[in-house]
Amino acid sequence: MSAEELKQLKPGQSPHEPEKATLEGKNKFLGFWFFLGGETVLFASLFGTYLALKDSNLDGKPAEELFGLELVFIMTMILLTSSLTSVYAIYHMKNLDFQKMQLWMGITVLLGLSFLGLEIFEFYEYVHHDGHTFTSSAFGSAFYTLVGFHGAHVAFGLLWIVTLIIRNARRGLNLYNAPKYYVASLYWHFIDVVWVFIFTVVYLMGKVG
Amino acid sequence: MSTAYAQKNGFFAGLWDYLTTVDHKKIAILYLIAGGFFFLVGGIEAMLIRIQLIQPDNEFVSAGLYNQLLTMHGTTMIFLAAMPLIFTLMNIAVPLQIGARDVAFPFLNSLGFWLFFFGGVLLNCSWFMGGAPDAGWTAYAPLSTTSPGHGVDFYVMGLQISGAGTLIGGINFLVTIINMRAPGMTYMRMPLFTWSSLVTSVLILFAFPALTVGLFLMMFDRLFGANFFDPSMGGNHVIWEHLFWIFGHPEVYILVLPLFGLFSDIISTFSKKRLFGYSAMVFATVLIGFLGFMVWAHHMFTTGLGPVANSIFAIATMAIAVPTGIKIFNWLFTMWGGSIRMTVPMLWTVAFIPSFTLGGFGGVMLAAAAADYQYHDTYFVVAHFHYVIVGGVVFGLFAGLTYWWPKMFGTMLNEKMGKLAFWPFFVGFHLTFFIQHFLGLMGMPRRYWKFQPDQGLEIGNLVSTLGAFLMAIGTIIFLINVVMTTMKGEKVSGDPWDARTLEWSIPSPPPFYNFTQTPLVRGLDALWVEKRHGNGKMTPAEPLGDIHMPNNSFIPFMMSLGLFIAGFGFIYQVDDSSFLILAIAGMAITLLSMFVRSVKDDLGYHIHKEDLEKGAGSE
Repeated sequence: MSAEELKQLKPGQSPHEPEKATLEGKNKFLGFWFFLGGETVLFASLFGTYLALKDSNLDGKPAEELFGLELVFIMTMILLTSSLTSVYAIYHMKNLDFQKMQLWMGITVLLGLSFLGLEIFEFYEYVHHDGHTFTSSAFGSAFYTLVGFHGAHVAFGLLWIVTLIIRNARRGLNLYNAPKYYVASLYWHFIDVVWVFIFTVVYLMGKVG
Repeated sequence: MSTAYAQKNGFFAGLWDYLTTVDHKKIAILYLIAGGFFFLVGGIEAMLIRIQLIQPDNEFVSAGLYNQLLTMHGTTMIFLAAMPLIFTLMNIAVPLQIGARDVAFPFLNSLGFWLFFFGGVLLNCSWFMGGAPDAGWTAYAPLSTTSPGHGVDFYVMGLQISGAGTLIGGINFLVTIINMRAPGMTYMRMPLFTWSSLVTSVLILFAFPALTVGLFLMMFDRLFGANFFDPSMGGNHVIWEHLFWIFGHPEVYILVLPLFGLFSDIISTFSKKRLFGYSAMVFATVLIGFLGFMVWAHHMFTTGLGPVANSIFAIATMAIAVPTGIKIFNWLFTMWGGSIRMTVPMLWTVAFIPSFTLGGFGGVMLAAAAADYQYHDTYFVVAHFHYVIVGGVVFGLFAGLTYWWPKMFGTMLNEKMGKLAFWPFFVGFHLTFFIQHFLGLMGMPRRYWKFQPDQGLEIGNLVSTLGAFLMAIGTIIFLINVVMTTMKGEKVSGDPWDARTLEWSIPSPPPFYNFTQTPLVRGLDALWVEKRHGNGKMTPAEPLGDIHMPNNSFIPFMMSLGLFIAGFGFIYQVDDSSFLILAIAGMAITLLSMFVRSVKDDLGYHIHKEDLEKGAGSE
């Protein structure tokens, strides 16, 4: 790592893959993929727990009465779109177009925020209208733990990306921060993939029983 | 961006250096000190257990304290002694064996250590704050979820924090081994210790998140009123058993695989022969790693999963004997016809082979699901796992520490004292645990505080306790050896064992940048190849140039300290919700440290070529 790598990269300049141009970048890239492998086991364990306990609702509403697919469908669309916008951001990074990358990262953050807002609204409705809480049954504990872990990942990802955008706003893309943007976008895709499984396993399977 | 490596003197400068270090060789020493300390704590707990069982109807410790000692002995030895001491060996050896200047993530390496350390301290704080965890190291629900007091809460928080540290360490070594190998160091030229560290790191990566989830669920149940393990609220405690053993079974391979690799290196070094069946050894290591994940339910044969599940897991378990057998025979064939030097590391290694094999026999017996209904939760199980964990892991740690001691400290442990430590430990080990097989077959249950007179269990328990004293004597002699060696401080050369692998091609202890020039690897046992076919020195793969080094950082310490504080907050908010302030403050310290790390560029510094020529940093 040197001062050379802190120099702003401009369009038309090599390298083609700024996120992997340095050894530090390569290490970050690989290490982050491994981290996501560990995260996969984490969520797999949570999914397994949820599947074991999803019918243990005691006196509370069962899943098919509780869930409304309209809201969850909108949330899914928003999050899928945010994955696409982060792809645009990385596309512009590869073209060394810093301003457009920042813009699309910003749009990703806005979409992520609206997803998180809707999720909080959803939880609020369950608690206050349906009496479905974290402590009401094993189903409640498992539901809020699985979906809540995902929500916490979204919140953490938003903090992370916002920090990146603000920190680098005035200095542009360089070989030091390109890997950081890249792994943040990987993280965001991972969050999206996990949500696809939640949408299927929790909500769709919950509706059809 | 300066060439700052000026040495500051004085105790506090030294302390500050160790609190902030990102050098893998210094982190190895930190792991050694902390892990060694916890090993002694766990050993004292073991001695108290054995003294309690020296005679029938003994009243040496109370029943409640006995449960705490038993739980903390297991937890401490696995998580706070064996794991960190293995990280000592990995930190000292892996980067040097592959010809790397550093690990992939020096900052994370330091963070991993401090997380482990503060997790361990938090766990042991329970002794002074109303009682240690008392539900066994497996913390089965509902015993653990209904255990009164805060003991189990300390278990949950302490292991969660130190587990995160282990996961970080695993990822670090994975990337280091894959990305940072010297030119010519292909996968099939890596020393077996590096290979087994790679496989172990994969196991850590996929096993620890299951523990993380299990501990979270336990935390939610105990501290926040969730119902995962409460059948009256729809919960199911078999979930804990599954999650725990999905982690717990690979964990025993995480412990023993690096030492399998180490034994391979030691045997080939001290037999002056290339390792017999190198590629078969690599294959066996990978296969053991894979099968290690497929067998967790053999801990649950009596839980009631049904005969189909039991049969599948029984057969998968027995299959592990095949790659393990490959290893045992390859070690023997490596020694066959070699010119063997019985140094202390070799002595531990040779003692390991029959000891571990005996443990393996017990394992095959336990793997027979039908027979397991007889052995389950008896001393037979205790005998079995101590045979593999002490006979494999602890013997390996003694061997490895003696083997790499010169590389870590530049001095040599005394050979005579080393042998003097070995014999009581070795004899004591077999006295303690061999007889426990028979105690188990005679029906003595594990975890029992007392046994009754006139059941024929007296002599067995007495012998077992006497053996434990012999092991303690061996450990004390080892410690005396360490103290004497440190005080004498005789310097040794870079290659005191006449060894074969890359770490011995540089001075002991190595300069902080490891290799002045990255070496060119021309075959398996790279240094040996040069001794046979070259001038005995590694050929550099690059011209002398500036070396980039990472800066020290205090942030890992702060991040871990924050979680430590938050741990207390989470535990005590059950009694008094104002403790939530402590939890929030702790999390704030951690998140703020992460934030500082994110926004402050840490570019490290360079050692310039001219200074390298003058021999900077090589002390």
